[in-house]
Amino acid sequence: MTILAKHAAYRLAYDALLAHGVDPLNVRFDSILSPTEGVLNGTKTILLGTNNYLGLTFDEDCIEKAVEATREQGTGTTGSRVANGTYGGHAQLESEIADFYGRKHAMVFSTGYQANLGVLSTLVGRGDHLMLDADSHASIYDGSRLGMAEVIRFRHNNPDDLYKRLRRLEGAPGDRLIVVEGIYSMLGDTAPLKEFAHVKRETGAYLLVDEAHSLGVLGETGRGLAEAAGVEADVDFIVGTFSKSLGSVGGFCVSDNPDFDLLKIVCRPYMFTASLPPGVIASTIEALRKLRAEPKLRHDLMRNATRLYDGLGAMGFQTGPEANPIVAVTMPDQGTAGVFWKMLLEAGLYINLAIPPATPTNASLLRLSVSAAHSVQQIDQALDIFADVGRKLGFLPSDRRRAAGAL
Amino acid sequence: MRDEIAAIFEQVLGRPVAITDETDIVEDLGMDSLGVMNFVMAIEDFYDLSIPLDRVAQIQTVADLIQAVNDLRNEAAA
Repeated sequence: MTILAKHAAYRLAYDALLAHGVDPLNVRFDSILSPTEGVLNGTKTILLGTNNYLGLTFDEDCIEKAVEATREQGTGTTGSRVANGTYGGHAQLESEIADFYGRKHAMVFSTGYQANLGVLSTLVGRGDHLMLDADSHASIYDGSRLGMAEVIRFRHNNPDDLYKRLRRLEGAPGDRLIVVEGIYSMLGDTAPLKEFAHVKRETGAYLLVDEAHSLGVLGETGRGLAEAAGVEADVDFIVGTFSKSLGSVGGFCVSDNPDFDLLKIVCRPYMFTASLPPGVIASTIEALRKLRAEPKLRHDLMRNATRLYDGLGAMGFQTGPEANPIVAVTMPDQGTAGVFWKMLLEAGLYINLAIPPATPTNASLLRLSVSAAHSVQQIDQALDIFADVGRKLGFLPSDRRRAAGAL
Repeated sequence: MRDEIAAIFEQVLGRPVAITDETDIVEDLGMDSLGVMNFVMAIEDFYDLSIPLDRVAQIQTVADLIQAVNDLRNEAAA
């Protein structure tokens, strides 16, 4: 027994998967060929689980900008912006992201995770009230633990439950901050943001939306769910990431709050970590320009998402509540999910195996994420593979499979 | 209050349970984290209060839970 013995329960759960010959934590790609293809154990594999929504990871202009910036400014900043200073690129990216959102202020973090840690632990403090959706991402929960505010959890996507909890706080001092996500990362469902905005107005709370999975995906110009729902004016803070639709790494927060600059001197996950390297900043700036200039990327993405979602639904698989680039197929149990996942992989399809405690409602999920870069043929190929494996595992009767094949 | 809590346990777990003050909610009742969350939310609905997450983390036994609910009610009344 070692100091890590306290985590033995996790070891047991992992060993149970390994017993099925399933090892989702040790997928080693020989190479990555494009946003939609990699080579795994010598086999060309379709990537349908990498959150690469706009497929910009291999964009030639983004690569060129990253190479150029690396040549000119070096591989890294070797420290935080507080200690080592701000590079031109950091300031430019902040100004461009603020402009994109039509906000006065923006702040760039080294990862999306740190953006949530930093912002949530700083906006509210002792005596304040942080209202979290029960299905919040780990970075939101962790951010809530880093700060001193009282944390209250409301039922997932339930504005009435939130309202009830805010009403219970009536008369108590302190600020209230509501935190919801644009698209939830496991089931691909969106928040009922209009209704949440209404609760926010009724109760005088602040509203923060994490658009990690909805930036470049939802809204007329790709700003996310707040834009799609027409409630941007009610959203006080938007947090997001560069590591999905923008194909790099990093996080951000935008706002019109007049005291926003204070965050840069009190937000520890911003101050005490190295800033993003010039190459990452440069490719992100270019990717943001592409996102703004090429709405076709979003349209292709939604075309692919709808085709995949409808195709799986037509076969009889149980999917999430709405067609979005995240498509989750619910499995009856963890073992079946693991075997299904492994057989997809062996057939040349890479997706995510999502099992408790990472999933809501303790479901075991096969989680797929679509890219604008997928061809219609790749989506159809993925559907064929799903049909094959589904039939082999007894999910689909053979006549259903033929019907699905005719899609 | 213990009877009320027992009734909520039965409603969430879908089976009869026998509890005492010393009953360990996770160990003795075999609840996973989702079960605990659903149970806490049912308790919150019943007593019309919200139990902040740091207090949830301190609750291990039925006695702890009764204490937390009473404390929160007193704070609300104060």
